[in-house]
Amino acid sequence: MLIEKAADLRHSDVTPKSVYLHRRQFLAAIPAAFVAGREMLSPSARALAAETKIPNIVKSPLSTTGETVNTYEDVTHYNNYYEFGTRKNQPATLAQKLKTSPWTVSIEGEVEKPLKLSMDDIMKIAPIEERIYRHRCVEAWSIVVPWAGYSLSELLKKVSPTPKAKFVAFESLYDPKVMWSPQEAGIQLPYVEGLRLDEAMHPLALLCVGMYGETLPPQDGAPVRMVIPWKYGFKSIKSIVKIKLVTKQPPTTWNISNAPEYGFYSNVNPQVDHPRWSQATEQRLGEGQKRLGIVVPARRPTLMFNGYGDQVASLYTGMDLKKYY
Amino acid sequence: MPQTPWFRLSKFKLSGARLFVAKLLVWAVCLAPFLRLAWRIWHNDVTPNPIEFITHFTGDWTIRLIVATLAITPLRKLLQAPDLIRFRRLIGLFAFFYACLHFATYLWLDHGFDMPAIVKDVAKRPYVTAGFTAFVLMIPLAITSTTGWIRRLGGKRWQRLHRLIYVTAIAAVIHYYWLVKSDIRLPLLYGTLVALELGYRLVMRKPATARR
Repeated sequence: MLIEKAADLRHSDVTPKSVYLHRRQFLAAIPAAFVAGREMLSPSARALAAETKIPNIVKSPLSTTGETVNTYEDVTHYNNYYEFGTRKNQPATLAQKLKTSPWTVSIEGEVEKPLKLSMDDIMKIAPIEERIYRHRCVEAWSIVVPWAGYSLSELLKKVSPTPKAKFVAFESLYDPKVMWSPQEAGIQLPYVEGLRLDEAMHPLALLCVGMYGETLPPQDGAPVRMVIPWKYGFKSIKSIVKIKLVTKQPPTTWNISNAPEYGFYSNVNPQVDHPRWSQATEQRLGEGQKRLGIVVPARRPTLMFNGYGDQVASLYTGMDLKKYY
Repeated sequence: MPQTPWFRLSKFKLSGARLFVAKLLVWAVCLAPFLRLAWRIWHNDVTPNPIEFITHFTGDWTIRLIVATLAITPLRKLLQAPDLIRFRRLIGLFAFFYACLHFATYLWLDHGFDMPAIVKDVAKRPYVTAGFTAFVLMIPLAITSTTGWIRRLGGKRWQRLHRLIYVTAIAAVIHYYWLVKSDIRLPLLYGTLVALELGYRLVMRKPATARR
């Protein structure tokens, strides 16, 4: 099966990490120094660093089947992480400055038992599963990624939300020492996102700590992020430091930046176009015809709820999805 | 007596071998991005989304060269270097060359010549409409860029026609501004440059209109 192949043949089997980081000359200086520096860290410090193997990952029945997983190179060199640059190739270099250890996630608000968790705590809350999901960006491209993590509901159950809790508000790290300013990024920082509580409790809503069998690389949102496969990618907030249960719909970054274009729900929906482009089709990176000797992504139809309608459509029964885009 | 500027461009008369070498240099500078793009395509170094990469690459160079052609007139006067005019057509045609690559990327790589989808896209998406307008207005300018056409149209009429580049420049900036998600610094930079270039022409025109 495809999944097996993806898990068995790792990028590191083909290309040593230092080599692919050096592939482009302009990347040479910073990551070279970084890689060299990390190799010299003590073994214990290295265990906490990004991109180390996660032991005992179990395959999840919630994985999407019948899709070809994208290459690690694609997923780590094409990122929207505006705190580390607004061009897709920038986070691969600039996010290397992100310090992911020590890390604390605070779960607070309308809960019986607020918690402050280290990454070690988070790794132990539930078995880490491999979940292959389609990932559809609002910009009309998509990828397929083998994430690692567990349902957010496992964590939320631990803190016992009060009956007043109706929404979940997430907040990313904002470290102005290593990140772009809000003026440079063009969005308000820290990055904030939110879900309705029933969305957050849905088993597909993944609290993600890794991908391709390893802990997350910084440009993909290390050390812990959300992955909500039926929503546009920007809903899947990266590098989370705070999860707060709240009574009212929380503000969300892209909605603050441009409300007519980015709604609170932002469910993948081929019938509701972005004001500036169509959402009816998407370009799957790494797949398509060869033109000029390079693989040019062909357009494929976008699926309602990104193809997860069977599982999640019931969350939205009776709602006008054109109004609640 | 006014100080002689350090660049002394006014003394740098361009003719014969000097002009040839200078033109060769401009050719090399304008062609270098294309060669770099070809090299990167050849080596498959075009990011995981080649269409987006090639589109942005060719678009970036189109707008840069449009800004460069519009800079010729103000620079000729400010640097007292009238011979800069000898590069304007060349740079303008290279701007059109990159615009063609940009448009071909959209038509062929991105949409695979799906004409109904393209027509819909041009009509429906304001940023595509703006970009398309900018491109279409460059076509007559490219065609009539030859000396023969200048003669045929007559200097005045030719000049009036070629003021279309102002509309192209403004449309190109709007095209760029409308398509970025949040980081508007580059569209603003190009917009400022175009505004300065057009503003300069407006200011310099005033005495002439008053006299008329």
